[in-house]
Amino acid sequence: MESDLTSFAALAPALPEVVLAIGALVLLLAGVLFSKDRYEGVAIAAVVLLVAVLGLVVFQPNVGQVFNGGFIEDAFSRYMKALVLGASALALVLSFNSARENGLNKFEFSILILLATLGMMMMVSANDLMSVYVGLELQSLSLYVIAAMRRDSAKATEAGLKYFVLGALSSGMLLYGASLIYGFTGHTQLDLIVGTIAEGERSVGLIFGMVFLLAGVAFKISAVPFHMWTPDVYEGAPTPVTAFFAAAPKVAAMALLIRLVTVSFGPITGDWQQIVIFLSIASMVLAAFAAIGQNNLKRLIAYSSIGHVGFALVGLSSGTETGVEGVAIYMAIYLTMTVGLFACILSLRTETGHVETITELAGLARTRPFAAGIMAVLMFSLVGLPPLAGFFAKWHVFLAAIEAQLFVLAVIGMLASAVSAFYYLRVVKTMYFDEPVIQFAPAPRELAIVMGASGFLIVTYFATVGHSLTNLAQAAAGSLF
Amino acid sequence: MIQAIVFFPLIGALIAGLLGRTIGHRTSEFITTGLLIVSAVLSWIVFVGFWFPAEAAAEAEGHATVMRVEVMRWITSGELDLRWILRVDTLTAIMLVVVTTVSSLVHVYSIGYMHEDPHRSRFFAYLSLFTFAMLMLVTADNFLQMFFGWEGVGLASYLLIGFWYTRPSANAAAMKAFVVNRVGDFGFALGIFGAFLILGHLDFDGAFHALPDYADTTFRFLSWDLHAMTVICLLLFMGAMGKSAQFLLHTWLPDAMEGPTPVSALIHAATMVTAGVFMVARLSPMFELSSVAMTVVLVIGAITAFFAATVGLVQNDIKRVIAYSTCSQLGYMFVALGAGAYSAGVFHLFTHAFFKALLFLGAGSVIHAMHHEQDMRNMGGLRKKIPITYWMMIIGTLALTGVGIPGLPLGFAGFFSKDSIIEAAYALNTQAGLLAFWMLVVAALFTSFYSWRLIHLTFHGSPRDAQHAATGPHPDPAHAAAETHHEPIDDDNADDHGHAHHHGSAYDNAHESPNVMLVPLYVLAVGAVLAGVVFYESFFGHAEHVVHFFAGSLVVDGELIDAAHHVPLWVKWSATFAMIIGFVTAWYMYIYRPQVPGRIAASNPGLYKFLLNKWYFDELYDRIFVRPTLAAGRALWRWFDDWLIDQSLVEGLGARVKDVTNRVVRLQSGYLYHYAFAMLIGIAALLTWAIAAGGLL
Repeated sequence: MESDLTSFAALAPALPEVVLAIGALVLLLAGVLFSKDRYEGVAIAAVVLLVAVLGLVVFQPNVGQVFNGGFIEDAFSRYMKALVLGASALALVLSFNSARENGLNKFEFSILILLATLGMMMMVSANDLMSVYVGLELQSLSLYVIAAMRRDSAKATEAGLKYFVLGALSSGMLLYGASLIYGFTGHTQLDLIVGTIAEGERSVGLIFGMVFLLAGVAFKISAVPFHMWTPDVYEGAPTPVTAFFAAAPKVAAMALLIRLVTVSFGPITGDWQQIVIFLSIASMVLAAFAAIGQNNLKRLIAYSSIGHVGFALVGLSSGTETGVEGVAIYMAIYLTMTVGLFACILSLRTETGHVETITELAGLARTRPFAAGIMAVLMFSLVGLPPLAGFFAKWHVFLAAIEAQLFVLAVIGMLASAVSAFYYLRVVKTMYFDEPVIQFAPAPRELAIVMGASGFLIVTYFATVGHSLTNLAQAAAGSLF
Repeated sequence: MIQAIVFFPLIGALIAGLLGRTIGHRTSEFITTGLLIVSAVLSWIVFVGFWFPAEAAAEAEGHATVMRVEVMRWITSGELDLRWILRVDTLTAIMLVVVTTVSSLVHVYSIGYMHEDPHRSRFFAYLSLFTFAMLMLVTADNFLQMFFGWEGVGLASYLLIGFWYTRPSANAAAMKAFVVNRVGDFGFALGIFGAFLILGHLDFDGAFHALPDYADTTFRFLSWDLHAMTVICLLLFMGAMGKSAQFLLHTWLPDAMEGPTPVSALIHAATMVTAGVFMVARLSPMFELSSVAMTVVLVIGAITAFFAATVGLVQNDIKRVIAYSTCSQLGYMFVALGAGAYSAGVFHLFTHAFFKALLFLGAGSVIHAMHHEQDMRNMGGLRKKIPITYWMMIIGTLALTGVGIPGLPLGFAGFFSKDSIIEAAYALNTQAGLLAFWMLVVAALFTSFYSWRLIHLTFHGSPRDAQHAATGPHPDPAHAAAETHHEPIDDDNADDHGHAHHHGSAYDNAHESPNVMLVPLYVLAVGAVLAGVVFYESFFGHAEHVVHFFAGSLVVDGELIDAAHHVPLWVKWSATFAMIIGFVTAWYMYIYRPQVPGRIAASNPGLYKFLLNKWYFDELYDRIFVRPTLAAGRALWRWFDDWLIDQSLVEGLGARVKDVTNRVVRLQSGYLYHYAFAMLIGIAALLTWAIAAGGLL
């Protein structure tokens, strides 16, 4: 086989990754060499780099495979990469203002985020079980470190450690599954595995391998029952880190899951459907009930994100192109809501730190009407009330499920959604109807902008971005089928 | 000009209602009253145009001369293209004059009557709002527009009856009026639906043009084939019964007297209650197609006229007497409509508006003078105290009782219109017509009796209020005995709006009303005297004159009118005799031998109580409708909503969710090995499930 690497131009499909990798290394060197004000300079440069790579992804489409088929660039990966890059850049922006008090004012933080993002982009584009693992581990290792970055905080350390141990366990499962699949099909490349599966009988070993593989990825998207780390890590990690965790990695892992099941396990859709449906129902239901019992805002968001992963999986459960399209739309809207929500939380600061519990939000509507308004809009959107974006997200995935005749799943999803309304609305109630207890410092400008933009997009979704987003998601889903 | 007539009251209502607090009561009063007077003057100009039509219009005789002003396109949906059109023809012009004239006079009167009320601008806003809705109703060009006005006047009526919202009885009366009207409106709405279904048009002209094709259409309902027009007309008439307080749906009207007296004059005597009459007249081409419906209208009208007159005989509240009189007179109008003499019905509507508004405003003047005393048993001898009001009331009574000389164009307004109706009923020459004729004649006798009884008890004799009661003779001992029966209105006219406590008796402090209240009385008195003699020829004179005057705006049966003019002499004199007998009896019982009524009541306690309690209709409805509804409501509330929905479903579900949550939260122990264990259990379960469900075992 002729090597891809004979000419530099042949690397074109991986250009964004190459640029990001080189950029991250250059910034690392720069951070080490220049000693003054390293954090801010590196952070700003990192944001610029991420935005530049985002530009490359969006405006320089180079579709194709490289690295002996281990890496694929198509409409789907471009869509997901754009989301990942945007989320990473915004997470970095959100962290600017409170980096110091969270112990994140080290230039390594930005570098690690860059490397994690690189890992995520590899996951999104991975077309071989080996590159899947490499991408996944690059992302995970960076995240472990970021989670435990604040070494003087017992909570953060505990979070990082828990995340690391459980992550290692899940990686083990993933590798075990990958090796079983290789053993039973003779291939590691996703689009070749499918050929063998289509020809031969499906065997217990193959199903074993698939379940382990999916379990490994389910850990990354924190689907129940592989979700246990999520609330603890979200709570323990510094809030800007949580903002990062809740956004980009979810999208990347979801993209990986979609590519795995649709590309390599296409012929045995019935088998993986069972698993995804199980994960979906378990996530939606458990998250809805568990979140009611939370008073810590970040734990609440953790369960909320678990629930939303469950809803997104409803779309994937259908196993159809519309389903994948629905998931793609869902992830984009989920990102917007999550980023906006964290912008709100990060903007609510007292001398002791960020707002931590729901009770502290009491009377926010009177002290900080703008933040309360945006937060209320986001909560309503998370519930899924029309005409906000969250409604359309749910609408797309449930529509796909209905078209695939998964009525029971759809009904359970609706009921879980109804239960989940309680804890979202409780936040609104606390903000608007309780007596204020705490005075918050004014919001930094960049957070206000992010909040405003997020609120604007959520409210005007149908009128502004809805149509074009649907078209993009459709193109993305189309490239997988 | 038409727009000005219709929308000036609305502008007044909006200004007084929304800006009343800012601009002050005085300004609100002047703005609303001024706008209405302008509106009334314009209405008269329009009316005169129809009374003396121009040459060109006269040539087009037999064709409807209709002015149409399009205000806006309202609804466009499929083939339905509704426009908001102000339609003015003769019938509308008559109503415009009645409504705006009485309304403007009531506005003026209210400035005096309500001068102590702290919420005057709200009152004037409601009055003007009512006027707007009523004008909307009479200028309607299609069913829907009419329904809009219909509901609008209902709303205004509700607001005005309950204007003194601190009185429980006023609130109850307002609700009663609203609910009873809903019953009628339900029928009315169904009638409109039916008309649209069968005729395919909502605008009047389109519907009337389509009529001949559907004259004999039937439609199936359950297992019966029903004559479509009969059903539609009966449903429409049900609406008219509610709005015009006809027998069975009349119960709200006497209670509506809880509202301020000018409201009673405007809404519950002159205008709104005649909406049903107007509606039937407007839709006369439809009613003409159903003899069944016409007979029902005739009979219901006759029963109402008779029934209400009997109840009026024994009432003690001055306003209630007039209220039952209104109810009775509305019955007369429906008899005319049912007989096919629509023009006679509209004629009586027209004259009645003047003399009944006069009587009500006169009664208001009495009540004002007596510091909100309404019980006639506590009045008497007021003639010397308030002579102008006395004479005005006398004119109103003469008009109501129909004083005049048959055969000569001499008489008060009511004489012409009422006799037209009685003659038309006789001329109809059917059993139902004959029955109606006799009932109306007897009702005329009763009318005369209770009207003069009211005058005698109020103005003649000697004062009977608290201080004079000891010396003065009590005319009706039985009345006192009968007081055990509930008379809600009696209980709370004392706790009125802000009258300072007066020393001495009400009689001693009685005073004549100010000019602002008397001038409307003069104007109405002129109407009560002249409205009949001036307009008789146009409304019920020679058939061709009537045809010419109405110009197709309602059906005119020339033969019937001719027949009515040629009834036997004794028929023509019958109503006049009845009136004279009633007058003499009233004089005998209340002036000559004041102890007689008490004796009669004592010797016939059953009949007396039956009448005093209004034939026990309120009690009957209370048993049949109100109590079962309340019981059902209570059951649904206690059992269904409180217990099943709230306690079991909602709260129970919430409690279960909480239980689940508590358990789920406990899963999150914080121990790493628990988490790892959960993952392993999860994967084991997934493996088992995938293999078992995949059929690979």
